Amino acid sequence: MSFKMMPLFFEELGNTLTMTFVSSFLAYIIGIPLGILLVVWARDGIRPMPRAQEALGMIINLIRSLPFLILLIAIQSFTRTLVGTTVGTRAIIVPLTLASAPYIARIVESSLKEVDAGIIEAAKAMGASTWQIIWKVLLPEARPSLLINAAIAVTTILGYSAMAGFVGAGGLGAVAINYGYYRNQNAVMWTAIIFLVVVVQIIQSVGMWLVKKTDRRVR
Amino acid sequence: MTELHGESIIRLCGLGKEFKGAQGAVRALTDINLEIIKGEIFGIIGLSGAGKSTLVRCMNFLETPTEGEVYYDGRPLSEMSPGELRRTRQSMGMIFQQFNLLEQRNVLRNVCFPMEIAGTPKAEARERARGLLKLVGLLEKEAAYPVQLSGGQKQRVAIARAMATNPKVILCDEATSALDPNTTKSILELLKEINQRMGITIVIITHEMSVIEAICDRVAIIGDSRIAEIGQVSRIFAGPKSKIGRQLILGDAAKQVEFGDGRLFRITFDGLASSEPVISNVILACKVPVNIMYAATRDIKGKAAGQMIIELPDNEADISRVLHYLDRAKVPCEEVGKNEL
Repeated sequence: MSFKMMPLFFEELGNTLTMTFVSSFLAYIIGIPLGILLVVWARDGIRPMPRAQEALGMIINLIRSLPFLILLIAIQSFTRTLVGTTVGTRAIIVPLTLASAPYIARIVESSLKEVDAGIIEAAKAMGASTWQIIWKVLLPEARPSLLINAAIAVTTILGYSAMAGFVGAGGLGAVAINYGYYRNQNAVMWTAIIFLVVVVQIIQSVGMWLVKKTDRRVR
Repeated sequence: MTELHGESIIRLCGLGKEFKGAQGAVRALTDINLEIIKGEIFGIIGLSGAGKSTLVRCMNFLETPTEGEVYYDGRPLSEMSPGELRRTRQSMGMIFQQFNLLEQRNVLRNVCFPMEIAGTPKAEARERARGLLKLVGLLEKEAAYPVQLSGGQKQRVAIARAMATNPKVILCDEATSALDPNTTKSILELLKEINQRMGITIVIITHEMSVIEAICDRVAIIGDSRIAEIGQVSRIFAGPKSKIGRQLILGDAAKQVEFGDGRLFRITFDGLASSEPVISNVILACKVPVNIMYAATRDIKGKAAGQMIIELPDNEADISRVLHYLDRAKVPCEEVGKNEL
């Protein structure tokens, strides 16, 4: 491996970050409302609709139980109609988002469930509506837990994005597979892996720093 | 009830609540009838599991009763639309045992919270919140977060918050149960001050007799999901009629109601303030049951005059406590023989 490859690593790092953050962002856009519904519709939720909640839970479990690689191939025609191609960075964002959203819904659900039932009851006693409880109580009070889980989610999605190499998308994972694994260039593989390790560390640290900075329960 | 004066703010009629659980139905409340009068401090006492927390939650429909009706200011809660019910709740404050402050908001924003819900303009809300924090003595803590406050301070913030929307009633659910005795005292004093200065009706749920004694005008004793007794605190304390009432007021002494060969004492009232409930004070302070055998007392211009013969259980320790108490209260007392009755 020569240093002439360095620009390649940085370019692919950019691809990895694009895939990861765009997919994470879109997955959160879908996942947050679903997570809220899972909590609000629960039997002991603020607007109980147990049947609908169970149905939603089943759909979420169903998507989550598909291995990512299978999902990626299974929805190729959907991906093509949506973004016009099934290869490249743009194409991987579709399955990546779809696979991550149910996962995000579950971790948002678990964060929101941590909010003390007494605080929700107090808000109800003040005459808060369902929307006000969601916006002014559930989400702000769960913020530290949501942030911790977001760091975990983004790093997990980064891990999924490494598999994008199999469908011709770029990124550090693709470098590791194409140069390292298929051409047996161990040095390239390990360099890509080191890049990934550093990125994961940074995302995790930034997440924890944000939590520490914004959690008011810490004196 | 002859002792009621004034208009009721909350009225419960034939109220019942049954929870449907995995192990079948559980009865929390049965046929509760009571009226809370504007401006009073009303206590509800019972052992844990008696249904008193469910009762207070029925008053603002946090729990929907399965039978009967709740009237707030004359209007039945069950007939209100969700929006009307939310607006009604805004005129009832509530405080809790665990304070239930928003942990991610500072003190000022916690007090502003109910006004945010009610749609009060922000500047106006802040001004009012500061005024309330001043009232509860925590103005200098407006930027602090709940985690930085002591239990008593948190409850003060909760009280300020409960008052933010100018409520007519404040419901207190075991509001002092997580606090030490001194803090409890100061919180009760604050509630009393609020009641007297602003005329806000206060409903207090507690399992501590001392809380009822300290600030309540009237009390309802709940046992086994029903109201066992209800009335003026002084009357109930002087002579609890129900088993649960005796148990709560007299504690262990209630078990020794069997007097056997009790000993008789004559108490002479000569000019003691008649407003002072001597006998109920004896019972409370000494935890000794008192049997009144004979009484001839009159209220003469606010002074008590006459005599009373009481029977005390034949227990040296109990008797000496009572005599000591009466002596300190400057009430003359002497033992009399059985044949003197």
